[in-house]
Amino acid sequence: MDGAAFPLSSQRPAETSRGLLRFLTCGSVDDGKSTLIGRLLFETGQVRDDHLTTLERESARFGTTGEAPDYALLLDGLEAEREQGITIDVAYRYFSSAARSFIVADTPGHAQYTRNMATGASTSDLAVILVDATRGITDQTERHSRIVSLFGIRQVVLAVNKMDRVEGSQARFEAIETAYRAFAEDLGFQSLTVIPLSARHGDNLTILSPLTPWYTGPTLLEALDQARTDVDLAVERPFRFPVQYVNRPDASFRGYAGTVASGRVRTGDRIVVGPSGQSATVARIVTWDGDQPSARAGDAVTLVLAEAVDVSRGDVLSHPRDRPASVERFVGRLLWMDETPLDPARSYLLRLGTRTVPARVTVLDSASDAPAPPDAEPLVMNTIARCALTLASPVAFDAFVDDPLTGGFILIDRESHATVAAGTALHALDQAANIHVAAGGVDRRQRERLNGHGGAAVWFTGLSGSGKSTIAAEVERRLHARGVRTVLLDGDNLRHGLNRDLGFSDADRDENVRRAGEVARLFVDAGVVALCAFISPRQAQRDAVRARFDERPFMEVFVDAPVALCRARDPKGLYAKAGEGAITDLTGVGAPYEAPASPDITLSTGTDTVEHSAAQVIARLEAAGVI
Amino acid sequence: MTAALLERRPAPTAFADTRPLTAHLKRLESEAIEILREVAATARNPVMLYSIGKDSGVLLHLAAKAFFPGPIPFPLLHVDTTWKFADMIRHRDAVVKTYGARLIVHVNADGVARGIDPVRSGSSLHTQVMKTEALKQALDRHGFDAAFGGARRDEEKSRAKERVFSFRTAEHGWDPRRQRPEPWRLYNTRLNAGESFRVFPLSNWTELDVWEYTRAQAIPVVPLYFAAPRPVVHRDGAMIVRDDERLPLLPGETAELKRVRFRSLGCYPLSAAVSSDADTLDAVIAELKASRVSERQGRLIDADETASMEKKKREGYF
Repeated sequence: MDGAAFPLSSQRPAETSRGLLRFLTCGSVDDGKSTLIGRLLFETGQVRDDHLTTLERESARFGTTGEAPDYALLLDGLEAEREQGITIDVAYRYFSSAARSFIVADTPGHAQYTRNMATGASTSDLAVILVDATRGITDQTERHSRIVSLFGIRQVVLAVNKMDRVEGSQARFEAIETAYRAFAEDLGFQSLTVIPLSARHGDNLTILSPLTPWYTGPTLLEALDQARTDVDLAVERPFRFPVQYVNRPDASFRGYAGTVASGRVRTGDRIVVGPSGQSATVARIVTWDGDQPSARAGDAVTLVLAEAVDVSRGDVLSHPRDRPASVERFVGRLLWMDETPLDPARSYLLRLGTRTVPARVTVLDSASDAPAPPDAEPLVMNTIARCALTLASPVAFDAFVDDPLTGGFILIDRESHATVAAGTALHALDQAANIHVAAGGVDRRQRERLNGHGGAAVWFTGLSGSGKSTIAAEVERRLHARGVRTVLLDGDNLRHGLNRDLGFSDADRDENVRRAGEVARLFVDAGVVALCAFISPRQAQRDAVRARFDERPFMEVFVDAPVALCRARDPKGLYAKAGEGAITDLTGVGAPYEAPASPDITLSTGTDTVEHSAAQVIARLEAAGVI
Repeated sequence: MTAALLERRPAPTAFADTRPLTAHLKRLESEAIEILREVAATARNPVMLYSIGKDSGVLLHLAAKAFFPGPIPFPLLHVDTTWKFADMIRHRDAVVKTYGARLIVHVNADGVARGIDPVRSGSSLHTQVMKTEALKQALDRHGFDAAFGGARRDEEKSRAKERVFSFRTAEHGWDPRRQRPEPWRLYNTRLNAGESFRVFPLSNWTELDVWEYTRAQAIPVVPLYFAAPRPVVHRDGAMIVRDDERLPLLPGETAELKRVRFRSLGCYPLSAAVSSDADTLDAVIAELKASRVSERQGRLIDADETASMEKKKREGYF
């Protein structure tokens, strides 16, 4: 054992000590990470006798250190790792000093396994980043530092290892320190301690070494003993309770089980349910050890609410005055972790807190925050990028800086089910941050009751001249005659007012349809039947509108007429202009029309009368219980 | 709370002697409860592997706490090799009753028919057939898609690399290179047909944590963990307690009465006892703090070869 005195038996520090510190180590292959942790375990007396016997046997077989024990072998637990001398996966180790206990995540250096490093980083309070004094700062050092920063670590120890190989050179050490401090300036580290050491020989690990007489800073163990933890910080943040599991053993009990992510809650507190916006009162905080008067960050409890509100897994409970925004689009920073690059055309599953929703991802230009040009490099494994995330339904949103436990997320591939990315939420898009869904007051059901009928949207799609507006007008006339409140929305009345800023580019046409859908939704919420006549040529446009309606009645009506017939009718003279070349992108002529894949109703206006077509729509509204 | 729910709570006398948890144990407890609930919320058909040992005892207790005041919403599965200590089986049946849990016992009938046993077949074949194969049989038969285990990362080197949600292929294989990242405890619980998870709520616990928690919560433990005079034979440097007549004495061998206890429990011919006077939880904890050897040292199946645990895990062992 190279002459080292055997350390005293390990013991757990007293409960009054500085508490548990979770940290990770990272560095390139051969920087000596595993050796460093193995040596720390040994120096703090964590290595049991039978493990030391195994170590001596395995050092002779696999070791790279000649006669001396190879401390790295204490850590590299997988056979492939011992054979190749590299670390593939995160290994968690448990040890304690006189001051506190530690969980250390030993994370892989090899670029191929960066995703495993991310796992270790996300739960750590501090990172020890190793550099080899003979090689200095490498690309890997920089990559690891950026990942550490991305995952919210604010305390870093730069361990300049293998100082014995440079004869303890102060000049070499200072050159590395200066270079690293310059590089790390923008990474948001609140503390950065740079320590010269030799893991293999134990220099500056637990006692200052004669190898570096010029060094007067802390040893590695002292730096770890002095680091802060984030546990108490979480208690000071606003209350967040992601509902994990609805505990409903029988009709007499309904509790919402979960772990308080941050802040605290007391019985009697008013809370709101995100993203729905309903409010309620905390009646009980249930645990096996008896009901509690309060719960704080980190506590796994079951909340019982006084009111019968609709709460399910994925909802977030918070206090009304300090609640998360309800958001469908936000900007996040992503670490891509899969061999297959990001495909912006695909839908992924986003998991944020306990909620999982479908999401699409667009890479943003890092300087302007505009979508990156199509020819930009794809997001590939181990790269970090700013992205816009568009979700299929709203989520309760906190920025990662405000709350790491509710602002971190992962993306899951819907086919392979692999976890393809981890990310941190930066800010909401569309200024929704301070707009909460206003529940309470008067809701749609109450308005419908007043009106004496339900609200619904009937969306007519088809070519110009197919008869959309004509049929919609006939439906409206008949509904009005029956005392049903209606509104007719079409391209003409919207484009003269609300949408007069829009032209006819693809993007503007999409926006025209989107706004029409939003207006229709507001009318439906008012208990009105909205008749919408829009060419809306693309399925994606129509699906996007339908998706916004959630459980509200929405009926897609395909007004089907052959293009030749439409051309013959040509009520607005558009086909004539297209024929003359005055319009180049008329739907059905210069631009494609995608017929609905599965419309609720198809009306063949080439063969059917307006009256009969309108009757079909009315019958369907009756069957759906709207009127 | 209604009377019906109060009745579901285990008899108060069984847990009367509890002490407040330290902040450290409370944090570990909350983390484990979160994992238990995550599985209950996302798995189609979960099960808890119950091996009767101290880690299983803690795991079962945590499950009762996680779903209180409701019952534990999944069954326990004990893979019985038929070579467990008699005390273990007695303890199992008593504890299951205390917690009001549902227990499934599975024995590899094929292995029994083939006459596989740890004495004549050897530890390696016995473990493969009566534990690993038996477990796979039971998981397949019931179609469980998530199985809790009490494994801890501090037990053994390849365990240290295991995720909390350990993904297994339809063949129950474990590929250490393809484990899913678990940032911010955001577990990805998606599975394709036939795939499953082994889930380890005690991942971050140490042996000392388990004992201190057991003491604080007054969790019942098998008496074999406490020192008592027991009939012992010495084999290959290990002390084997002769629990019944099935362990044949070799020529010249006699069973002598010695004061011993166990740090880790398995099949009785494969579990080595240690000399000890620790006959209370306090004494066990004091002994552990002074110990210089690791816990699995007494598990003869681990010593077969280097990386033997990793090998067994790749094949589907817990």
